[in-house]
Amino acid sequence: MEINKFEDVFEGKLAKNEMIEPKDWMPENYRKHLIRQISQHAHSEIIGMLPEGNWITRAPSLRAKVVLLAKVQDEGGHGLYLYTAAETLGVTRDELLNNLHTGKAKYSSIFNYPTLTWADIGAVGWLVDGAAIMNQVMLQRSSYGPYSRAMVRICKEESFHQRQGYEIMTHLAFGTNDQKEMAQDALNRWWYPTMMMFGPPDSESPNSENAVKWRIKRETNDQLRQRFVDQTVRQVEYLGLTVPDAHLKWNEAKNGYDFTEPNWVEFKNIISGNGPCNKERLAARNKAHDEGKWVREAAQVFAKKRSEVYEAA
Amino acid sequence: MDNQGPVWEVFLQKKAGQPFVHCGSLHAFDKEMALENARDLYTRRGEGCSIWVVPSNAIVASSPEDFGPFFEPSNDKVYRHPTFYQIPDAIGHM
Repeated sequence: MEINKFEDVFEGKLAKNEMIEPKDWMPENYRKHLIRQISQHAHSEIIGMLPEGNWITRAPSLRAKVVLLAKVQDEGGHGLYLYTAAETLGVTRDELLNNLHTGKAKYSSIFNYPTLTWADIGAVGWLVDGAAIMNQVMLQRSSYGPYSRAMVRICKEESFHQRQGYEIMTHLAFGTNDQKEMAQDALNRWWYPTMMMFGPPDSESPNSENAVKWRIKRETNDQLRQRFVDQTVRQVEYLGLTVPDAHLKWNEAKNGYDFTEPNWVEFKNIISGNGPCNKERLAARNKAHDEGKWVREAAQVFAKKRSEVYEAA
Repeated sequence: MDNQGPVWEVFLQKKAGQPFVHCGSLHAFDKEMALENARDLYTRRGEGCSIWVVPSNAIVASSPEDFGPFFEPSNDKVYRHPTFYQIPDAIGHM
């Protein structure tokens, strides 16, 4: 078959809403786009363990501690599902990790902000995981089979993450004045960074058009951001807290809120490596990887030795 | 420089009596490690009661390009389906 014919088959499948599987023919740019998107997603899960891991030893109760441990463990699992999905496209785990460790690959800008107080752990679960779920629910119907299947599994697990975050926020928001203040402070600091998670405005998003055309994404950055605001305002109001946006206003005509866009200059600054915690995050990841080197080597040697014993027997 | 170990495919059985279903893959250096990693990665919430792990390179798969000729022989054998046969109404469901 000629390339044109292959391309027709590929386009035909997308048009019929059929899935693309690893051994199917796919345009080179589709493959590249997926490797970039899925590996960035995986890196985000792995780096995302750090800001929350920061509070495991200081969780205010044993219950809070086991919950946080389970959540951080889930994030690690999500990273692993996604790495293996990316590997079905012909890239190796080592290449992917190397791209992360050298700073060549990107991960979500959100994890370059610090988690300063316990309320931040509530805000991260509620807002950051909430925004991630919105994105991931859409990605469950992504056109690439392994990515879509990983998303189905991840979405099942994420719901606990958001609920535990909101529970922390309710405890603080209905607690003492100091606790309520702490909750408001966390909301103030996480609101705009969370809105950035959906990516730049559609008019300036270089990768969005292809992603929608190929049905990797089903909705645009702006559509998801709007839905997030519409859904979250009610949750903020319930807590008796205030969205840190003086221009937030219900717009009857569009049946959604008008709101202030996040600071896109700050966003660009962070994804190019200059956020408050970029260096710290990469250093922590590299340290963990380097310190695990002897474990990987020992496991490799042990496996080899044992297989030799089997063969000899 | 691959030091993550080979890739393994993981199959889970949800409950005794049900079929094993592919749920994903992972890296491990040997079969014991593959089994333990599969437990930690894919059954954190009681998703399975039994696990198979298989080295990815041991799996033989059909090619999408051969889809037509490969599966075609069964497509024209409608008589393999129960609906091909006429059963008198009086008999009811069979």
